[in-house]
Amino acid sequence: MSTKAFRPDVDAPTYKGGHSPYDIIKEGTIAIVIVSVLTLLLSVVFGSPDDAAITIKTWSNKAPVDFASTALSELNGTSGTAGYGAPYNTASDGQKLGPFPLAKWAGATIPVNSVQDFVIDPLKSLPNQPALQSGLATWTKAPQSTRDTWVANYTKAASNMKFVNGQVIVKASDAGPVPIFINDLTQMARTGALDQALITGNGYYTTDYTKPLLFLADGSYIGNLAQKQHLLGEQWGMMNETGSYPGQAWLWLYTFWYQVPPFSTSLADNADVDVWGMMMLLSVLLLLLPFIPGLRALPRKLKVYRLIWREHYRG
Amino acid sequence: MSTTEIERQWTTRLRKRVAGKLPPEKLLPDTQPSYVSSWIYVFGVTTLSAMIVVIVTGCVLALRGPQWWHGSSFGHFVNSLHLWSVEIFFFAMVVHLWGKFFMGAWRGGRSLTWMTGVITFLASVATAFTGYASQSNFDSQWITTQAKDGINATGAGSFFNVLNLGQMLMWHIVLLPLAAVVLTALHVLLVRIKGVVPPYEENAGEAQ
Repeated sequence: MSTKAFRPDVDAPTYKGGHSPYDIIKEGTIAIVIVSVLTLLLSVVFGSPDDAAITIKTWSNKAPVDFASTALSELNGTSGTAGYGAPYNTASDGQKLGPFPLAKWAGATIPVNSVQDFVIDPLKSLPNQPALQSGLATWTKAPQSTRDTWVANYTKAASNMKFVNGQVIVKASDAGPVPIFINDLTQMARTGALDQALITGNGYYTTDYTKPLLFLADGSYIGNLAQKQHLLGEQWGMMNETGSYPGQAWLWLYTFWYQVPPFSTSLADNADVDVWGMMMLLSVLLLLLPFIPGLRALPRKLKVYRLIWREHYRG
Repeated sequence: MSTTEIERQWTTRLRKRVAGKLPPEKLLPDTQPSYVSSWIYVFGVTTLSAMIVVIVTGCVLALRGPQWWHGSSFGHFVNSLHLWSVEIFFFAMVVHLWGKFFMGAWRGGRSLTWMTGVITFLASVATAFTGYASQSNFDSQWITTQAKDGINATGAGSFFNVLNLGQMLMWHIVLLPLAAVVLTALHVLLVRIKGVVPPYEENAGEAQ
């Protein structure tokens, strides 16, 4: 037996008291039965949410101007995806943890070209559209500066975009084939063909929804639906789920940081990586708690253990 | 084969080591120290029980594939069982974690028990997240498009694409559950080897 100095937050005293009967198998069996019954009751009473996934078809039919505006933002480079940076492209350095651009270092491993992937390539898949085929040919032959001019002229006029009689109306001049692109992409989306084009872009069999989800997230429609379901970031975001369900309540601390300064104010533009850094630090502290003087003394000083072991101390 | 040769075999040495560390009376005890008499101790076994229900309901969901529960009322009910067992699992696990914190449960050479518990908690959070990401409904659309920004910002998004349903589903039903189950088994074995931490004693004498 060691005679070294006893460290109350590291060492445990030798227990010299009595023992009680303990049927570990019976305890485990009873626990499984109780948890199963409780699960059954909660499921019968509350069920679970399953709001159907929205589609680009739904979005473009319910909010055609929002869809067409988003399509234009993919073309003129102002969409969230177009300017995202890694892992989708190199348009920006992305967020930094202190001086370290972690995302940039990891690289654009999931390349997404918003012009080509979201607009031009889907339009190329449309058959029997002579005006569109001509427009695509014109676009392909034109130098980048000319394309930029067309897109800029259309963008200027698009503040008064309307959707009338199934057509996207923008009174733009010198916009080249851009009006055809935006209108035909909207028509394509409203039939459901754009969903298919984006989903099957990588082949017949696919389980990768990166492109259609990025396109959806660039618009306002999904955010407006999420707001009604109390799912926005400032509404404690993704720890909730549709309906009145507990959701991922265990993410409360992660979501909490987004609600308070400086993450909600001065650091808002860099909040994602800062909050992740904070959570990583806290997780490491929790993991290494037994080795951190001061922190590991907290339970002894807080004396909650007296409540837990009250019968032992009474004895 | 000589006795010495048998004694030197890896198998023999491993068996002796395991038997020494974890004899049957420690693995399946029939008594426990009298201080183990609080309701807080119930939450460890509750967590384990909920984990079993989560795995069983998840296996039932897996039988007919990831789309089944959207179009079948029975499938939807199984999904409800899966969801609520997960909620119970996390509730019990968090109470268990707080209880162990207030007991200073790492004392007496139990720091590895504490650490495997914390890593199991973190692995469970990731498992649950990938489950939410794999639902293929509005919740998964919203949760993944929001979560991508945090994960991408760390650089992890270049390899762990939350918008890739196939990748999330594989992590949810294979990789992370495997990690959680192995970690839980390790955690429980450590509890059995080291025993339940004794109460604090202000006038304690010798260290264990």
